[in-house]
Amino acid sequence: MQRNLIYGEAIREALDQVMEEDTSVILFGLDVDDPKAILGTTRGLAEKYGSERVFCTPLSEDAMTGAAIGMSLAGLRPVHVHIRMDFLLLAMNQLVNMAAKSRYMFGGQMHVPIVVRSIIGKSWGQGAQHSQALHALFMHIPGLKVVAPTTPYDAKGCLISAIQDDNPVIYVEHRLLHYQNGKVPAKPYTVIPGKARITTQGSDVTLVGISYMQIECLRAHYYLGDVGIHAEVIDPVWLSPLDIDTIVASVLKTGKLCVVDNGWMTCGAAAEIITRVIESVQGRRELRVRRMGFAPVTCPPSPTLETIFYPNGRTIASAVYDLVKGGTNDWLPQEREDLKEIEFKGPF
Amino acid sequence: MSSRKAKSIEQRLYYSLHRIRRVEEEIARIYPTDKIKSPVHLSIGQEAVSVGVCETLRKDDVVFGTYRGHALYLAKGGDLKKMIAELYGKIDGCAKGKGGSMHLVDVDNGVIGTSAVVATTIPEAVGYAYAMKYQHKESVVVSFFGDGAVDEGVFYESLNFAALKRLPVIFVCENNFYAIHTHQTKRQSKPNICDRVITYGIQAERVKNNDVLRLYERVSIAVESLRRGETGPYFFECMTYRWREHVGPDEDFHLGYRTREEAKTWIDSDQVERIGKMLEAEQRKEIEQKVESELMEAFAFAERSQFPDPSELYTDLFKEM
Repeated sequence: MQRNLIYGEAIREALDQVMEEDTSVILFGLDVDDPKAILGTTRGLAEKYGSERVFCTPLSEDAMTGAAIGMSLAGLRPVHVHIRMDFLLLAMNQLVNMAAKSRYMFGGQMHVPIVVRSIIGKSWGQGAQHSQALHALFMHIPGLKVVAPTTPYDAKGCLISAIQDDNPVIYVEHRLLHYQNGKVPAKPYTVIPGKARITTQGSDVTLVGISYMQIECLRAHYYLGDVGIHAEVIDPVWLSPLDIDTIVASVLKTGKLCVVDNGWMTCGAAAEIITRVIESVQGRRELRVRRMGFAPVTCPPSPTLETIFYPNGRTIASAVYDLVKGGTNDWLPQEREDLKEIEFKGPF
Repeated sequence: MSSRKAKSIEQRLYYSLHRIRRVEEEIARIYPTDKIKSPVHLSIGQEAVSVGVCETLRKDDVVFGTYRGHALYLAKGGDLKKMIAELYGKIDGCAKGKGGSMHLVDVDNGVIGTSAVVATTIPEAVGYAYAMKYQHKESVVVSFFGDGAVDEGVFYESLNFAALKRLPVIFVCENNFYAIHTHQTKRQSKPNICDRVITYGIQAERVKNNDVLRLYERVSIAVESLRRGETGPYFFECMTYRWREHVGPDEDFHLGYRTREEAKTWIDSDQVERIGKMLEAEQRKEIEQKVESELMEAFAFAERSQFPDPSELYTDLFKEM
């Protein structure tokens, strides 16, 4: 049975079903049991599972990340929630030096099944420290898995998969994706690491959109369709391990690749994806590449600046138009009202 | 306590203390040959802390420690042969040559891990203790760290959470006065670690003079209390002294940050010798012979063991699902 759920409800359902099934799963973080319940994603879980399994922590991201690792070494499966991804910077020592390394540096004797949920903010003047997308930092580190689901279906399936994984998983949400509505099976299911989704098929250009930029890429797909350019849009879903094969297969068909990251470009996820595609495709096919992402500055709150800090469907379409046609064409589509509230209707 | 029983504790303490001392002396002797492929942070002079605490523990109790971890690993029952092989970078090492001296581990004997980044295992011990309480297990968790770790923010975060949840964890601060070459008084506004800890509602006491018997006695009481299901945490500040350099096999008095005179008080009250003198000559000789033969066997094992195959580079990053 499938129902329409929003992204946040899908996360809540995943947590509830996994906790129902497995008493080793425990959930904590700042405010998980407060009235707002992390955008509703933890609502009712403290009441249902008790304060030993679901609890608000002190404002101690560093120690609580270490505690999560310690719990996992003792056989628990902690889910540690951060309502702002920016605050993960307080937990980097534990995530990078311990979570990522414990299995390897202890010769395979241990494993660290933790899930770290965090939410990227955007708009309403979130500003410098409520808007950062740090997934590329984690992709850089061997020993961590990174997932950034964009649909309610993947939000649920990836979270169940992450909790069941015996390794540390950085689970990246986006504030605006929490409004996405989509079909979600009622039963538990997994979306396992390392498989990308082709969200729209096309033959002219490959368009990879990460996290919320997947939505903007789908908007761009419609704008491009209006001028006869058929973009194949891909959602990597799992950033580490990354399904490069699906992207490479698409680029072998289209010869053109634009990666739009919901993050900065320097040393970023787009740079990584493009490099790996070039390494694989060069010599087999001519190709042209382009990357887009946050402007290389701190995120400003003022709306006139914030708007141009981010790529959007129209600016992506404009850049892809140039990539396909060659040269600089100064083409920017008129905004389509019907694309403002786009919902994902993926093939499942 | 009968004299027979008391002697038995002293024998156990001496075996562990002397064994750690001799293992590290041998490491220091061999180090210049470059057979040991890892920086070594020797515990010589500080053995009493690990031994005094670990002699109160059971195999299913667990310890978390630091890069100065040889003494802790051995005191808790870590496999000696695997430790030496690890220092040699061999495949039969406790971490298959992927950890080195700073990342000793022996899960079967409750050595859950040691870390090179100061204070990082403190919250892990706390989390492990949370899991023990949640799972209604009897195991006691002990977190070892130095006075340098007390400078770190995560130390206070960890104390707070452990106290908030009344967790079955014992914090053991090995205060040897120096973080590398910098004295505690240059790093901390007041040298009152226990006073600070007590404000969290944690029972804390200082054990002076590297006193292994006193430490054993005090920690035993804490462990028994936790075992009965009474709430923790406990905190011990153990005053001790590192005889050798921060890292490496030699002394470092020539650097001028401390004097040989300062060290003399501690060397004069050496706990290995103190406990050794409490034994009858025959008992002591028997222990020392046993230790020498274990040592020879362990180093020979490390010599014989192979280096890891190049294919090992890519294994053990993730647990396969």
